[in-house]
Amino acid sequence: MMDSGVRRRRLLATAGMTVVAPLVARAQGEPIRIGEINSYTAQPAFLQPYRNAWILAQEQVNAAGGIHGRPLETLFRDDAGRPEDAVRLAGELVNAEKVALLSGGFLSNVGLAIGDFANQNKRLFVASEPLTDALVWARGNRYTFRLRASTYMQSAMLVEEAAKLPVKRWATVAPNYEYGQSAVRWFKELLTRAKPDVQFVAEQFPALGRIDAGATVQALAAANPEAIFNVTFGADLTNFVRQGSTRGLFERRRIVSLLTGEPEYLEPLQDEAPEGWIVTGYPWDQINTPEHSAFRDAYRRRWNDHPRLGSVVGYDTVMAIATMLKKIPAPETEAMVAAMRGLPFGSVFGPAEFRAIDHQSTMGAFVGRTALKNGKGTMVDWRYADGRNYLPPDEVVRTLRPQG
Amino acid sequence: MRWCGPSGRRADPALLENLVLQALSGLASASSLFLVASGLTVIFGVSRIVNFAHGSLYMLGAYLAWTLVTNLPRGHLGFWGGVLGAALLVGLIGLVVEVLLLRRIYRAPELFQLLATFGVVLIVQDLALLAWGPQDLLGPRAPGLRGSIEILGLRFPLYELFLIGVGPVVLGLLLLLFHRTRWGTLVRAATQDREMVGALGVNQRMLFTSVFFLGSVLAGLGGALQLPRESVNLHMDLSIIAEAFVVVVVGGLGSLSGAALAALLIGELHAFGILVFPKITLVLVFLVMAVVLVVRPHGLLGRPAAAAHGAGAAEPPIGPAPRPLKLAGGAALALALLLPPFAGNYALTVLTDIAIFVLFAASLHLIMGPGGMASFGHAAYFGLGAYGAALAAQWLGASMLGGLVLAPFVAGLFGLLFGWFCVRLSGVYSAMLTLAFAQIAWSVAFQWVELTGGDNGILGVWPDAWAAGKLTYYYLALALCLGSTLLLRRIIHAPFGYALRAQRDSVLRAEAIGIDAFRIRWLGFTLAAAAAGIAGGLFAYGKGSVFPTTMAISRSVDALLMVLLGGVQTLSGPIIGALAFTGLQEQLVRITDLWRLVLGSVIVVLVLFFPQGLAGAARTAWERRHGDT
Repeated sequence: MMDSGVRRRRLLATAGMTVVAPLVARAQGEPIRIGEINSYTAQPAFLQPYRNAWILAQEQVNAAGGIHGRPLETLFRDDAGRPEDAVRLAGELVNAEKVALLSGGFLSNVGLAIGDFANQNKRLFVASEPLTDALVWARGNRYTFRLRASTYMQSAMLVEEAAKLPVKRWATVAPNYEYGQSAVRWFKELLTRAKPDVQFVAEQFPALGRIDAGATVQALAAANPEAIFNVTFGADLTNFVRQGSTRGLFERRRIVSLLTGEPEYLEPLQDEAPEGWIVTGYPWDQINTPEHSAFRDAYRRRWNDHPRLGSVVGYDTVMAIATMLKKIPAPETEAMVAAMRGLPFGSVFGPAEFRAIDHQSTMGAFVGRTALKNGKGTMVDWRYADGRNYLPPDEVVRTLRPQG
Repeated sequence: MRWCGPSGRRADPALLENLVLQALSGLASASSLFLVASGLTVIFGVSRIVNFAHGSLYMLGAYLAWTLVTNLPRGHLGFWGGVLGAALLVGLIGLVVEVLLLRRIYRAPELFQLLATFGVVLIVQDLALLAWGPQDLLGPRAPGLRGSIEILGLRFPLYELFLIGVGPVVLGLLLLLFHRTRWGTLVRAATQDREMVGALGVNQRMLFTSVFFLGSVLAGLGGALQLPRESVNLHMDLSIIAEAFVVVVVGGLGSLSGAALAALLIGELHAFGILVFPKITLVLVFLVMAVVLVVRPHGLLGRPAAAAHGAGAAEPPIGPAPRPLKLAGGAALALALLLPPFAGNYALTVLTDIAIFVLFAASLHLIMGPGGMASFGHAAYFGLGAYGAALAAQWLGASMLGGLVLAPFVAGLFGLLFGWFCVRLSGVYSAMLTLAFAQIAWSVAFQWVELTGGDNGILGVWPDAWAAGKLTYYYLALALCLGSTLLLRRIIHAPFGYALRAQRDSVLRAEAIGIDAFRIRWLGFTLAAAAAGIAGGLFAYGKGSVFPTTMAISRSVDALLMVLLGGVQTLSGPIIGALAFTGLQEQLVRITDLWRLVLGSVIVVLVLFFPQGLAGAARTAWERRHGDT
């Protein structure tokens, strides 16, 4: 085991902006450069495992001969969580560093800002993480593609489970910004469609990162719902769970919760992780498909740590980009866009594709229940929900996305 | 649980019981908030330092408590010993910051210490990341207080009950300390009149250092006591600091009982507010502050500060620029005009940004320097300009020029409105009221999704075809920004500028010679807002999109940093400051992951060596040389 100090130094050393795999024997041509922008200082918990896996994937691609003999090279940039900085950095990467394409984005507004920049400057942008539906629908454009299952898709996965529950009175709690508001809106709309007799009796929108958990929990309890839909994550989730379990909010109530099964958010809860919540997430220790086992082993060997969901997102983004680049002779924007449309690629979770209709990938998520095992939160009774089954019909998508 | 009727509606909503519990929850939050705010108000009362690093001390308290408690043996001694140990350690850290940094710059212009403490914030953010890693940490629960008790048949956590008790106990101890000890008497005396206490032969250094130690211990204690109820994470510092300031200001600067009352007010309003308006969480504290300050200009229990004795000493008058400065300015202008055609597209983007920030900083400087008012919310007008331009493009189909013309009017109009309230107040109260209005504007942009697109912003605000080229847009931005900056400079030299400076140096004397100080300040504020609006409009079209972040606190802080870094007392200060700050940040972000650590250290070093700002230091050096001959 490396101690964390050494690991961190190594991370910083390798991550110090330009990462070229120096020991590549076979890929020797002029590198293909990817410009990657993310909120590294603002969201380190998700993005350090993300960048680790990104570097791993790049090393694997290059060791296997790169793209037609040319190695991949990535320039990482920190937008510090500010979309206007992300736009400036996108300009820097495209104009000064001559990257072939842009990628990254964690926050939705950063993703949208880069997407709009890509559209204006006719550059390919492969968004990895931002969840907002607007990225591929209301604000979708020809040059922007997104890997991760969107807010709509993850909400739809949970609605499928929620509709099976014998409950009618629902309450919702979500962080007060676009992601939280959209998730609640979709959940209400889709659940009401599936089960017209449900009632929503209370909603809470604590400020992101500043939840007043005691008051929020009490306000939800006062409405006495039979079930709660939770969208909070990170520190808000931890505080919500602590107050909720001490005050008995979760007893005799069903809880349906977005993203809570992701190790990023489940692990910090340690032995206080809630049990029996229906969640989307990533049971990294239990998925034993050949693709995932190989990924998990390689990640462990390289970083001496287990992968988080961020790692899967980073790894799959590089692999999808590499798959696309291999299909075309040279990384020229229009050819890349054409290749991305309908591109099948091998995700760590199984085969997926970037849909031609809205540029959304069909990479899915795992849906299951939370449980405690050996004093740690984990997922049980999980299944893989393939993203392609949780998107609206094509004719609806066409109305959601500007056409032409 | 009792139910009734086929509709499933509850007959007995246990309304009263729930309301009581809600009130108790509010009390627990109020108590936590008071702990942090008490330290801040004690420090401010004596040293007049706007201590941005107070949130960082709070965060360090939580992290250190986590480390101590998880490493010490379990049980009462391990837990409570860890909490107290963490508070004392944070006190020592505060002591070091005071002795090494703040003590050296007490004589610098007002608010300059803010720059230094902001440097500390940046440094602590990266050091905490390096020391404790990126993942949120969960501390153990307090031994003996893990569970809950039944109150009116509903469960309430024991630890929250304990917290409700801690607040009043700490308040009582502090009041005893301040009213029953000699040290406390001196501190209160210093709070009322620093100079007089010094004149009476009290060792001010010891007093300041000990007060800073006490304030830091309270911050550390506040953080450490959150361990059993909240996760320890890297966002704790900034999420608490704004609210802590609000509590201090609403209570009345330097007033402990006021802080307690304000914490109570905010805690309870929040607890009950979310029952009625769940989405009010973003803006509630700032609404409270705005209302309180409009009604009571010195907070709930604050007293008008005794006119500082230094007020008689007017700021140095501003003369025409000396010849070397004119030459340097001419050379810089020539470079700005002649070099860009040879620069790449990215360099042009950066130069455009710099031109915009020069105007943004210069506009803030107008109210801070010649105007003598501080603003913590200047980004509001920058953002309103940006939104004005973007909304005109989106909803009215306005052309770029139309949007750019509209921007200063929108910003100026709101400057006129907000300014009317802000300029009646003085000092930090006025600055905090500008912050309150800025946050209200920000939350409207954030929550009025139908109009502004919410936090997803307004996209597609790209320049018209004729200005789409980076070089053209740069020259457009340069012309507008430089023109406006020079106009502001001209205004400072005009009769209006003299009046502005006169009311800054002495309201009484200014009014005696017939200057309407209020109106002059109000107009100055509006003018600055309109100039910031021009910068904001250009920024919107430069980036192609507008987000609420354009008027977030961090943008206001950036403007403050630029002005302070350059030097408040000189006219070239904001220009130099904007160049230095924007250039430094842009370079550092590209070079290193640890840019916050480096930037923070650079700021701290600059503060220590150039306590009058960069331009101020240059002027002092020049004057010294020419004074000798």
